[in-house]
Amino acid sequence: MRKITRRDAFKLGAGAAALAASSGLAKPGQAQSLSFTPEKGAKLRVLRWKRFVQGDEDLWMANTRKFTEQTGVEVVTEHESWEDVRPKAAVAANIGSGPDIIVGWYDDPHQYPDKLVDLTDLAEYLGDKYGGWYPVAREYGTRQGRWISLPLGAAGNCIVYRKSWMNEAGFDSFPKDTDGLLRLCQELKKNGHPPGFALGNAVGDGNVWTHWLLWSFGGKMVDSSNQVVINSPETINALEYARELYDTFIPGTVSWLDAHNNKAFLSGQIGLTANGISVYYAAKTQGSAFVDDIHHANMPVGPVGKPTELNLFTQAMLFSHSKHPNAAKEFLRFMWEKEQYEPWQQAAIGYITQPLKAYESNPVWTADPKHTPYRDTVGNMLTNGHAGTLGYSSAAAMADFIVVNMVAEAAAGREAAKDAAARAEKRALRYYKV
Amino acid sequence: MAEATIGRPTPQRLSLWARIDNNRTVLGLCMMLPAGALLLVFLSYPLGLGVWLGLTDTTIGRKGGFIGLENYALLFDDSVFWLSVFNTFLYTVVASAFKFALGLWLALILNNRLPFKALLRAIVLLPWIVPTVLSAIAFWWIYDSQFSIISWSLQRLGLIDQYVNFLGDANNARAAVIAANVWRGIPFVAICLLAGLQTIPQSLYEAAVLDGASEWQRFRCVTFPLLTPIIAVVMTFSVLFTFTDFQLIYVLTRGGPFNATHLMATLSFQRAIPGGQLGEGAAIATAMVPFLLAAIIFSYFGLQRRRWQQGAAND
Repeated sequence: MRKITRRDAFKLGAGAAALAASSGLAKPGQAQSLSFTPEKGAKLRVLRWKRFVQGDEDLWMANTRKFTEQTGVEVVTEHESWEDVRPKAAVAANIGSGPDIIVGWYDDPHQYPDKLVDLTDLAEYLGDKYGGWYPVAREYGTRQGRWISLPLGAAGNCIVYRKSWMNEAGFDSFPKDTDGLLRLCQELKKNGHPPGFALGNAVGDGNVWTHWLLWSFGGKMVDSSNQVVINSPETINALEYARELYDTFIPGTVSWLDAHNNKAFLSGQIGLTANGISVYYAAKTQGSAFVDDIHHANMPVGPVGKPTELNLFTQAMLFSHSKHPNAAKEFLRFMWEKEQYEPWQQAAIGYITQPLKAYESNPVWTADPKHTPYRDTVGNMLTNGHAGTLGYSSAAAMADFIVVNMVAEAAAGREAAKDAAARAEKRALRYYKV
Repeated sequence: MAEATIGRPTPQRLSLWARIDNNRTVLGLCMMLPAGALLLVFLSYPLGLGVWLGLTDTTIGRKGGFIGLENYALLFDDSVFWLSVFNTFLYTVVASAFKFALGLWLALILNNRLPFKALLRAIVLLPWIVPTVLSAIAFWWIYDSQFSIISWSLQRLGLIDQYVNFLGDANNARAAVIAANVWRGIPFVAICLLAGLQTIPQSLYEAAVLDGASEWQRFRCVTFPLLTPIIAVVMTFSVLFTFTDFQLIYVLTRGGPFNATHLMATLSFQRAIPGGQLGEGAAIATAMVPFLLAAIIFSYFGLQRRRWQQGAAND
């Protein structure tokens, strides 16, 4: 039921956008034909994160070559490990030199908005043409009404589970809410197929699922005016739930970093975890015996009654030190157009979920029904700075693993829920000081 | 100097350049200049910049202003920082003690007549030669909560029912990272001490044997005192390497679980780079300097400047 409601909401959103367009607020005629004329002799340096699935890089590079053939603009693409992009982008911003375009993560652009080229014309054009941006994409991409980056999408995070073991636990379909998830996990544990979620300082998986948990119970780091409100009854409820959930986990999850749950799932030691589509991809490419048994579901909804996911959000930034901003904008436009974006998404087997609603209809989401839950991850997500604004504080608080540590401390019984929340509050106040 | 005056035919007034050219002090300064410049550019400047950043509120992408000691005041009230200080000391003291004891033991063994001595010494060096990241990844598997070879072996031997939670428990994790550091650091200590052992004249041992000294007495009264200067140097370096360790922790735990293995170096990185708080990260790094200086001074005065080295009788 929840999915239908959300889809309906999307339709409503698209309808509203269409209405806005027809009322003249948007300029569809102009929107369909935007392009930028590259500067003479322009060359571009693009830095992006290193692929998680091979197809992503292959098609990205093929699209880049196509751009060079069409425009004559040479593009040098550099690939860095995903965690190294953030410091590199920061250095580029600090010293005013480096790649023209960097495809970074989360709230990177909000750390140095004045070092970035305004992409409002391009972003609004793409939004008008492709069904509009999801609200979270707009939140990540804009600051004070202007677009400072161009959202590329998010590495979606879903529940990955073994269907036969779920059925064995007495469930015909995957539970939609957190209560159901707990019951399923308890049954899975009884049957010797425990779940496992990363609770170590795992930059990706740890942050993603613990933020979902906190928000799903109504807890949050800050309110809309950036006041720290994490020490709340809602947070304590979330932590008490985490404690119960943790009791069902395979031992050792407190030490898990990003790769541990993948290994444990692929070796058949756990029956359920939260991850990107890469586990399924690895199972397929490795010819895993149980690849047909792997299924996905969206993160269940908690007491707040609506999806509260966090996914690894990625966006392109065009730096103002670029000598060829028009060429760079044209490159971005080209790569985000349907002709390039959809084949790229397909080649990446849906590893990246689109930020533009029109790409929901990309066949990659329906060619294999197991991909479908990942389609909705951007629509279901909140920003990592929820419910406050994005900036230094949101980046620092997440990088310091405040939420991950809080959940781990409470879940593993190292601290009582109220004490873990109080500790997190104290830590958060350091970053959200006025 | 005598030769120089002999070779000079008639005294003549030298030009300024010629006088500079002949001046040994100037020549000496010129010879030191490249090294001095390198030290200045690559050591003093970054260190000075680090200390300065620690006094500012610089964040990534924003040039900060001078805020005095505010970063330090904030850190003073930060439980995670103090935990990292505790962890760093524990890590350094325990790992250095083990590295010293085991390294000395290994050096003494290798100093004996052994078959394939050269080969054995080469093998001993292996942990030191392997890049830290690679050995850290090996330990990452060894300590894995599901795939640990140690747990697997112990379980097969019937000694444990459940896999050891190496990195998922605060104290286990501390012990595990210390063990990995010890494994990696022993060869450095052992090979340096072995070099020291080989400089001790055999005649001293012969004299001691004639005096009826036991093996333990020979070690205590000959080997150890003569090895002290090299121990001072080796252990100073070892303590410095351990105190500033980063890679092992970064690969194995990222400072987890519950920040129980966060060292000052890893916390400094976490706050400065992924967290964007350059000023605070620099302050944590700068806070390491006094401890490092103290370690150096301790080993210098405590171990190296023994009276016997200056000609006096050792007490």
